[in-house]
Amino acid sequence: MSTQVAARPVAVEKRTRMSQRTRDNIAGFLFISPWLIHFLFLIAFAMLFSFGISLTETDLLSGAKFVGLANYTRMWDDELFWKAFGVTAYYTFALVPTSIVISLAIALLMNQKIAFQGVWRTLYYLPSVVQGVAVALLWGYVLNPRFGLLNAGLRAIGIEGPNWLYSEQWAVPGFILMGLWGAGGAMLLYLAGLQGIPTPLYEAAEIDGANSWNRFRHITIPMLTPTIYFNLLINIIASFQVFTQVYVLTNGGPNNATLTQVLYIYRKGFQNFQFGYASALAWVLFLVIMLFTILVVRSSDGWVHYEGELKK
Amino acid sequence: MIQEEKAYSASSSPAGLQGTQGANWALILNKTQYGVGRILLYAVLILGAIIFSLPLVWMISTSFKPDALVFNMPIVWIPPKPDWANYYDAWTKSVPPFTTYYANTIFITVMSIIGLILSSSLVAFGFARIRFWGRNVIFMVLLSTMMLPSQVTLIPIYLFWSKLGLVNTFWPLIGPEWLTNAYNVFLLRQFFMSINTELDDAARIDGAGWFTIYSRILMPLARPAVGVIAIQAFAWNWNNYLGPLIYLSEPKKLTVAIALRLFETQQSQHIPETMAMTLVALIPVLLVFYFGQARFIQGIVISGVKG
Repeated sequence: MSTQVAARPVAVEKRTRMSQRTRDNIAGFLFISPWLIHFLFLIAFAMLFSFGISLTETDLLSGAKFVGLANYTRMWDDELFWKAFGVTAYYTFALVPTSIVISLAIALLMNQKIAFQGVWRTLYYLPSVVQGVAVALLWGYVLNPRFGLLNAGLRAIGIEGPNWLYSEQWAVPGFILMGLWGAGGAMLLYLAGLQGIPTPLYEAAEIDGANSWNRFRHITIPMLTPTIYFNLLINIIASFQVFTQVYVLTNGGPNNATLTQVLYIYRKGFQNFQFGYASALAWVLFLVIMLFTILVVRSSDGWVHYEGELKK
Repeated sequence: MIQEEKAYSASSSPAGLQGTQGANWALILNKTQYGVGRILLYAVLILGAIIFSLPLVWMISTSFKPDALVFNMPIVWIPPKPDWANYYDAWTKSVPPFTTYYANTIFITVMSIIGLILSSSLVAFGFARIRFWGRNVIFMVLLSTMMLPSQVTLIPIYLFWSKLGLVNTFWPLIGPEWLTNAYNVFLLRQFFMSINTELDDAARIDGAGWFTIYSRILMPLARPAVGVIAIQAFAWNWNNYLGPLIYLSEPKKLTVAIALRLFETQQSQHIPETMAMTLVALIPVLLVFYFGQARFIQGIVISGVKG
């Protein structure tokens, strides 16, 4: 930006300069106007409205009735709310770290000198491209206890697999496996990160007698922390909003063992038409996501290492 | 520990040695160890690749099986008589046929991508190039909206479209895309910022306006980043489930994603047909990713994940 200003002829008459600034102001707002409209209507107004609705009890017949914070206090005694919260947290905190470890491991493998690199990359990356309903329908059958691929594989090595999506205990792990199948997607980001690590770092460490584990532990991992941090944030936010797979395959069952928060919002809002309670639930989900985002961001000072950063 | 690494990077010259960890290991291991390491490496690679690709292979194989063969144990990987009819039967058996769902989905996806690219690039250009009042504050607000889960605004936006009488049309799905979103603005703005301002300064001295600089200079240069946005938007719109689920109910207006699930519930006894339709639904996404891969990877590097 500064170069742009400096590049402009210095000896411009004051009047034209003023009008140039005004023109830039107008042009700037014109260019960003699509997002301004988006923000005003789809975000700012919608948020206010959503909060307003969350203070009411809505009913298709009688309209909205102001109930204050009753929708929020109602959650406290709502067993299903707590269940949904637990299920979503379990899913997120099991899936996110495991998936980071797996995609990092794949990236490390891909970063070796191997033949047919393109083929390997495609094989690992491909599943992450398959999303939404398609992956849900496919995994519904993969996890089928009777004829599914997974239990057939387990049987081949002498293990009788669980009932997966039909069992209260194993349904969430089933969804976690489904999520891990897409771990190859983040591999690309780690690969970019790995290739950005300056080789002299490794050479110097080698001269100092560091073995490969130490080089991995003290060079590779710290240098990748910005990428890990980015993935951690993105994945936590996304996992807390898990919906499609669960809606398509179990619709929250068995016995609400897979009822996630967004599914509960959908049920309340679009199946029971309790817009007030659904909005309150959405706000609480927002606060939960924000809380974890802030926790991760706060913690990042301690473990994320930026090469360009000045020493403290 | 961090200080030590700083010392390394400071003391060593940026030699252009093209070495990966593998190459470094190769240097220090003797040949036998190296050989064993290689075998192990390939064993892990192959095992992993099998685990990751088997579900897709199973899907392809199942889509060609007669219904009963699905339940065979051990799994029959190559059906003796491939049942091509599964594809045709499934496609035409659904009411309306899948052609309608594909037409709808393609229309929604293409219209959304056009709107998203236009609006995102205009907004990103504004933030990246023009100095206007309150720019930085507004940009911070934009970044902070990325944290907001869409569920919070879902109900008001639904009520809004419903008041306009546009529920059960494609408007609620396409319209918002024409107003861009924070993620795409951020991505493109980062890319625009990485382009030197010399060209636009020169153009400005020649009397070019902002729109000319946007359309004649930056947009042609931003093609790779625009490609990334288009690919991601394609995948997102193609797979979008909650949106069509809420807004579309009339059978002839449904999208492929919704229709697939309906088909599966209605034809649950015909697993091969469901797998055939799922596979067909995947093909456009796979093609787009395949042809966009070079751009896609490039784009990720550009957008600067490293913050």
